[in-house]
Amino acid sequence: MNPVALVGRIFLAFLQAVGRLIMFAGDGLSHCIRPPLYPRLILRQMLDIGYYSLPVVGLTATFTGMVLALQSYTGFQRFNAESAVATIVVVSITRELGPVLTGLMVAGRVGAAIAAEIGTMRVTEQIDALTTLSTHPMKYLVAPRLIAGILMLPLLVLTADIIGVMGGYLVGTHKLGFNPGVYLHNSWQYLETLDVVSGLVKAAVFGFVITLMGCYHGYHSKGGAQGVGGATTNAVVSASILILISNYFVTEMFFSR
Amino acid sequence: MSDPKIRLRGVSKQFGPKVVLSGLDLDVPERESLVVIGGSGTGKSVMLKCILGLIHAEAGSIQVDGEETRDVRGRRRTKLMRKFGMLFQGGALFDSLRVWENVAFGLIQGEHMKRRDAKGVALEKLAAVGLGEAVAELSPAELSGGMQKRVALARAIATEPEIIFFDEPTTGLDPIMSDVINDLIVQCVRDLGATALSITHDLASARKIADRIAMIHQGRIIWSGPVAEIDDSGNPYVDQFINGRAEGPIHMEVRRP
Ligand SMILES: Nc1ncnc2c1ncn2[C@@H]1O[C@H](COP(=O)(O)OP(=O)(O)OP(=O)(O)O)[C@@H](O)[C@H]1O
Ligand SMILES: [Mg+2]
Repeated sequence: MNPVALVGRIFLAFLQAVGRLIMFAGDGLSHCIRPPLYPRLILRQMLDIGYYSLPVVGLTATFTGMVLALQSYTGFQRFNAESAVATIVVVSITRELGPVLTGLMVAGRVGAAIAAEIGTMRVTEQIDALTTLSTHPMKYLVAPRLIAGILMLPLLVLTADIIGVMGGYLVGTHKLGFNPGVYLHNSWQYLETLDVVSGLVKAAVFGFVITLMGCYHGYHSKGGAQGVGGATTNAVVSASILILISNYFVTEMFFSR
Repeated sequence: MSDPKIRLRGVSKQFGPKVVLSGLDLDVPERESLVVIGGSGTGKSVMLKCILGLIHAEAGSIQVDGEETRDVRGRRRTKLMRKFGMLFQGGALFDSLRVWENVAFGLIQGEHMKRRDAKGVALEKLAAVGLGEAVAELSPAELSGGMQKRVALARAIATEPEIIFFDEPTTGLDPIMSDVINDLIVQCVRDLGATALSITHDLASARKIADRIAMIHQGRIIWSGPVAEIDDSGNPYVDQFINGRAEGPIHMEVRRP
């Protein structure tokens, strides 16, 4: 085939996919705000996405905070700025590492699970069955997950922030010889509300992205077990990439002024 | 004669280059039971899904109660769905819900019945398909294939819809249970005044539940008539099918060694 035509065709297919995704997102969000909502399902998703992610997120945050303290200490020691360690840990965790690492971990855990579940429902005609039982699949399956994602990720990130700072504190006081009172004081003193708030906004965006990609790829999967497997992979990969991309833009929105 | 409950005219559907339905005409009279027979892969399930709007037919007219429904979407489609009950060929039970919740789904979600009352109805319907209360608390994955089929059947008739589609209601059941299911379908039509459109390969079952029989071949209805006339239809296709002969006008695409 003519290479120009091929490029054109790929580009058109790409635009089509983006258009479809945007339509899907709009449709899903509109179902989030139009009654009837399903409180029972939303609660269950909140448990699944939030509560059951706590161990993974907690472990990630602990070790990230610990390593951060260690690394910034060795770095800052070179120009006698060890006292900045506490501040560096708290600022990097709340602004960046808390939301991004939590987002990526949850994308792997929850995004995959959502895509697999909805994908299986698609290929076994359960989604068709929902429709024949006068229940809109977007409302019953997609909206509760989106809502739960948008609400729970900020809570998870807040937890990760606290645990991460504690990890840094442990290493700082036990290994690096900081005075506990001084370390905590330094953590607090230079922390701005915006650091935390921007991280939480990111978390909400990531929660939306993760659940959206899981639902979207699951919803459009076809062709049996292999199709569901593909949908799962696509959900995790695309959610992770979109997290990193949107992370930049949210950061810019907050800190470019 | 009054207008048919369902009237299909020139319904066409193709998947890519593969033509499945090509100008299919069919009338289902009100309060009657029509059985569609035909070879495997001739588009019987696709036809049902076109009527339900789960698959969008490219051309033709699909009227339900005299109203054109081929392009109905959104809220009006959800409302329209209340008229229908559907037994999927593969069962399509919700595996995240227990058996009774599956059966009660249409009552709870579609008709907003209280869970408690809906459970009562569900247990009744389960009893009608020969499943006891112990089964009601299980999850669908814990049932045998035939039990799943019966649960799916109970779910399809639980809301007592005006129009019920049965896609191979007796495949996978033993002869005795098949007969129980046949009686149940007849009862739905006789006692509840439902209109039934069934698909089956089981001619004994067809003779028992049908008022009329139609035969589909190459995307069209090639014969239809009252059940009594099936044995002397004078149509070579029908004769070959009901006698189960490999030789005749219908060629199965198999290669012989
Ligand atoms: N979603 C789809 N995408 C592509 N082709 C499809 C799809 N659904 C059905 N088909 C094709 O349409 C044809 C008819 O399928 P259908 O399921 O209606 O057969 P059927 O008459 O119900 O057969 P059976 O008696 O074996 O259930 C098949 O050849 C199938 O390959
Ligand atoms: Mg079929």
